Amino acid sequence: MSSNIADYVRTTLVRRGRWGIGEILFWLIAASTLYFLPERHLILNEIAIIGLFALSLDLILGYAGIVSLGHAAFFGLGAYAAGILAKYGFADPLLGLVIAAIAAAILGFATSFLVLRGSDLTKLMVTLGVALVLGEVANQASWLTGGADGLQGISMGPILGLFEFDIFGTTAYAYSLAVTFLLFILARRIVVSPFGLSLRSIRDNPLRARAVGIPVNRRLVAVYTLAAAYAGVAGALLAQTTQFVSLDVLAFHRSADVMLVLVIGGVGYLYGGLIGAIVFKVLQDVISAWTPQYWQFWIGLILVIIVLAGRERLTERVRTLWKGMAGRTTKSNEPLPATSAREI
Amino acid sequence: MSFSENAVLTILFDGIAYGMLLFVLACGLAVTLGLMNFVNLAHGAFAMAGGYITAVMMNRMGVPFLATLPLAFIGPALLGLVLERTLYKRLYTRSHLDQVLFSIGLVFMAVAAIDYSFGSQQQLIQLPTWLQGRIDVLGVQVGLYRSFIIAICGALVVVLQLILTKTRFGSRLRAAVDDPRVARGLGINVSLIFAATFAFGSGLAGLGGALGAEILGLDPTFPLKFMIYFLIVVTVGGTTSITGPFLASLLLGIADVAGKYYVPSVGAFVIYTLMIVVLVLRPQGLFERAR
Repeated sequence: MSSNIADYVRTTLVRRGRWGIGEILFWLIAASTLYFLPERHLILNEIAIIGLFALSLDLILGYAGIVSLGHAAFFGLGAYAAGILAKYGFADPLLGLVIAAIAAAILGFATSFLVLRGSDLTKLMVTLGVALVLGEVANQASWLTGGADGLQGISMGPILGLFEFDIFGTTAYAYSLAVTFLLFILARRIVVSPFGLSLRSIRDNPLRARAVGIPVNRRLVAVYTLAAAYAGVAGALLAQTTQFVSLDVLAFHRSADVMLVLVIGGVGYLYGGLIGAIVFKVLQDVISAWTPQYWQFWIGLILVIIVLAGRERLTERVRTLWKGMAGRTTKSNEPLPATSAREI
Repeated sequence: MSFSENAVLTILFDGIAYGMLLFVLACGLAVTLGLMNFVNLAHGAFAMAGGYITAVMMNRMGVPFLATLPLAFIGPALLGLVLERTLYKRLYTRSHLDQVLFSIGLVFMAVAAIDYSFGSQQQLIQLPTWLQGRIDVLGVQVGLYRSFIIAICGALVVVLQLILTKTRFGSRLRAAVDDPRVARGLGINVSLIFAATFAFGSGLAGLGGALGAEILGLDPTFPLKFMIYFLIVVTVGGTTSITGPFLASLLLGIADVAGKYYVPSVGAFVIYTLMIVVLVLRPQGLFERAR
């Protein structure tokens, strides 16, 4: 009996792990923009970075149900780590990425214990608090971070010793896209593993998950640390490709923006962050060309409308569309809405 | 020695005034969170509305400061009532994530709308002369305006406490906060109570914004800047009584003023760290029994 279930789970996971045509197309199109949209590489680079950042938020919000208003803490730490490293002579980009990921993962691991307890509100406040503390530290430690003036004088070496960064952002975009793609594959592998499955069960009902023997806290710590590392890499990419880091990377609006990005694209299926990043950046580009100072108003309005119109319904629609495109045949009872588990 | 003692007293006084202001600003949020379990990050927008009503009426129409205060209460209260009936009430049963997203959206809209209407600069208000300056009481420097704030906010605290504990409305409200389902079962119209309280809380926030325009500053980013302070007051103070948030506001006010005076380089660091520690150790708030 139990082996039957194990077999069933295994085949389901394997089936879910298969690449659909839609997905392959998505990445082919992304790669083809390297050639077809040469004048857009700067903004595409930003999209790739924001997409990766939103992907990392999706890992904890969409798969583990942890509501965070301070995800910029890890993004910012990664950015500063990579920036400071490059400023003091370690110009190799990949080394910077690794160090940034490790730094962010350490912070993520340390603060993950804070988000295990309490209600959604407590988690919101604690994550927000961590980001604020970090912002304050970066502001005060101006000898290291440049404070309010920002970290200047970053010069990056060539990637793998071969590809120099150019002013059109082509190398930068290729680099960010490649890193995002590799990390995406890893994340995709993780969420269709038994580990990913256990995360979903924790999200949908922590009490039951614990009852069936899932080590809830250890899983949450693990995924939070992983997501922090991802966000750190995204921050490092931003620092390396723009060669500038300012306090802005830790600001509240970054945490809020990334949440918006993820919500636009849909929570809980990995592509949400990437699609959201494209929509968000294009929207931002269009609106701010039209009304540069007040584009925030329209972003706010979009948020309100998305929520009132039923975020989960929209997400569900996008997801089914995506599934159809990806050519999946599974009609499984799909996951419940994110953060449905309320604690009293 | 005596100088530093006086400085301590002055800081304490300023801190209390600041804390009382925070309480008036945040107590509406305590009800929203406690009663409907609604995470309303847009609470500061109502405070900003009150502040701008006062600033605009004083600077553009020449209305005296005191005369603007009732409107700074009524305006945001009406705004709160309308928004509650039209938008907020749809979201009570939704997830916290939805509520957060919705209220952040409202904040973004409010910030941009105010920026568009009044510009991004600080709004300065000219206090009446009888509220300016400091006087010397037993060797302690006491700001007149801060005394005024303490008097008004103190009176408000007493009135609120009386309403909560002595009136029929208050007992219904407390019943609804304790257990909305049972309260509903007993025939209490929880949604009506909530609408009234939401409007009243928004009004108080507006009044706080008007009173605080001089001390806290007033510009379009106000709701974002003080969001965390309101949330600290509520989460640290708890939501089942009025004394919890009140004590939390006083602590926060005094700690903030003292921190800025004695260790300016540390900045807001201490407060955020303390908040995290309190939340981790006592997620239900400092002054509440664990349920």
